[in-house]
Amino acid sequence: MAETSWLHEIPQMDRGDLLTIRKTLDGLYRDFSRAYGETIESFFTPLLRFLVWFEDLLISSPWWAVLAVIAGLIFAATRSWKLTVGAVAAFMLIGYFGMWEHTMQTMAIILVATLMAICIGIPVGIAMARSDRVQTIATPILDVMQTMPAFVYLIPVVMLLGIGKVPGVIAVVVYAIPPVIRLTNLGIRLVDREVMEAATAYGASRWQRLVGVQLPLAMPTIMAGINQTIMMALAMVVIASMIGVKGLGQPVLKSITNQYFTLGLLNGLAIVALAIIFDRVSQAYAKRSQAHMGGPAHD
Amino acid sequence: MTEMTPDQPMPGASATPADPRGATDGPLVRVEGLYKVFGPDPRGVLDQVKAGRSKADILAETGHTVGLKDINLTIDKGRIYVVMGLSGSGKSTLIRHFNRLIDPTDGRILIDGTDVMALSPRELEQFRRHKMSMVFQRFGLMPHRKVLDNIGYGLQVQGVPRAERLAKARHWLEAVGLEGYEGMYPAQLSGGQQQRVGLARALCTDADILLMDEAFSALDPLIRSEMQDQLIALQEKLHKTIIFITHDLDEALRLGDRIAILKDGELVQEGAPVDILLRPATDYVKAFVKDVNRARALTVDTVMKPPSHRITAETIGEALEQMKGHKGDYGYYFNDDGYQGVVSQKALEEAARADANAPLNEAHWEDSPAVTTGDLIEQALPGTLDAEYPLAVLDENGELVGQLPREALAEVLTYAEEVAAEDPEKPTETAKV
Repeated sequence: MAETSWLHEIPQMDRGDLLTIRKTLDGLYRDFSRAYGETIESFFTPLLRFLVWFEDLLISSPWWAVLAVIAGLIFAATRSWKLTVGAVAAFMLIGYFGMWEHTMQTMAIILVATLMAICIGIPVGIAMARSDRVQTIATPILDVMQTMPAFVYLIPVVMLLGIGKVPGVIAVVVYAIPPVIRLTNLGIRLVDREVMEAATAYGASRWQRLVGVQLPLAMPTIMAGINQTIMMALAMVVIASMIGVKGLGQPVLKSITNQYFTLGLLNGLAIVALAIIFDRVSQAYAKRSQAHMGGPAHD
Repeated sequence: MTEMTPDQPMPGASATPADPRGATDGPLVRVEGLYKVFGPDPRGVLDQVKAGRSKADILAETGHTVGLKDINLTIDKGRIYVVMGLSGSGKSTLIRHFNRLIDPTDGRILIDGTDVMALSPRELEQFRRHKMSMVFQRFGLMPHRKVLDNIGYGLQVQGVPRAERLAKARHWLEAVGLEGYEGMYPAQLSGGQQQRVGLARALCTDADILLMDEAFSALDPLIRSEMQDQLIALQEKLHKTIIFITHDLDEALRLGDRIAILKDGELVQEGAPVDILLRPATDYVKAFVKDVNRARALTVDTVMKPPSHRITAETIGEALEQMKGHKGDYGYYFNDDGYQGVVSQKALEEAARADANAPLNEAHWEDSPAVTTGDLIEQALPGTLDAEYPLAVLDENGELVGQLPREALAEVLTYAEEVAAEDPEKPTETAKV
């Protein structure tokens, strides 16, 4: 009854064929990474240098100086004493429980990854908003980036660049960049047609329309995207620690393997505290920069 | 009520050779054989449109929408040209062709001799910056810019230095009566105020041509009529060429020096307001015109009759002499101070019996109000109904140009068709005695 076996079992590829495919693809990628690994790595050297410098700066500077700068930035962005004092208290607690260094490492990687995500994501989002074809191509790619388990794309990154900070940052960026791209695209597409028409009618060039009208009007949506990106980057910290990214993720990983409940909880709480601070500050900043949205509506 | 001044284009004034507004500066905008078809392959169905197939057939068979069909028009410099039509008539599509927010499928648009289709993208930008400005139905203001920055937007795009831009913006802010609002955001203003900002923004670039796309349609009636007044007042000073889109015939009649009526993308009638009103070309226009309040839309000069006698004599006897030269038993008395009133033959004869050489004085003429050519019929109506004799119609200089008998008013307000049949050519010469 070999002919009707497909009724009971799904038709399956020959094991040997599958193995060949796997071997070929793995081989090809291995060859690729051997051939170009170093070139690509040297391409990322400036990034690595910057990361190391930034991390060093945060760790080796006196804690009160770092804290003062953080508090100053938060206050400048939000003009809220409540938020500033809350954040300072959170950082003091983190330091008190001995997590200062790990937290600084995590902050360094999060900030760099977010910055990269913004620098890459906003132009990509703009390109998507300008062309329906780019949008059609980019949307499924973004879907894959968001749903593919992070571990899976860690494999090629590690194969190519080994373990360490740079592959960590790349993994975080890949995971965290979709929201900022999607929401930049959405924000620009939602800009009122008549306002755009007005800008065109007054002779604004493409650049003038983008910088003077589209980006400012899309900014609340873009800010929501950046906020999401920061949150996702933080969520990625633990996974990234598996490939050697130092920071709050490593003690969490250690607690999983050794069943240290309290250690895991404390570091987890530190990540939560960072997330809340980043979220509230970026939201307050976004709100404050959109003064025209508020104000008493006439009529 | 519209304020009338001598050099202002008057609604309802007819474009006869004796056009009271004087000669125009010639055509500024010319549209020739303009077609616009929307759909995946507009050029492919253009031949069918040109062959005269109906909009509905083409839509059903090819899925293409005919937006505009063979539009030809000429717009004179310094005039308000109104394009009127209901929604879907293609009027908003038409106005967007002038600055190429929409590109035509076929046809030519010449503006001040420039073929706008021949402009390169860079030239088009320059053209939009300097030649035209636009006012939008829903204002199209930039919500993130303050009022003053919105007004100066056109100048900013041109690269005008900030100080100069703000100074000009402030000037126009004051011109539209929005002092004190410069630091507000558009969302903080009422609809009427927002459209004033839109108008100021359009005027700020000092472009010759103003495109107004249903500019006042989103405003409530009271504000709308205020804005119309403001536009008319500004136009008196600025003499822009204004292309005004509206779906409201009353607005068209009030503002327009000429009116074009669009239906389903076709131009069904084009002419002076009085032509549209008194000689509608099709049943469609007729149906439109039917509901118009003629008393408010037409001016006295469109219905007045040739004037009766102008009496200038100093004594009663001479006055009787002057009157006898013409038929009719009354005359309009003028002295050095201009029009005084109506003198009747009967009164003069009675007075002559006492002393024919006595000078004519107030006792001999009856006070009778005069109307001027630009007055709306509505304004002339009460006087006409009260007066025993037809009212005198004066021009802006106080010269007698016609008279307004009750019958003429009754005619135009009731029997449109008959008036239309008659030639309303108005007298070009003042009857002098």
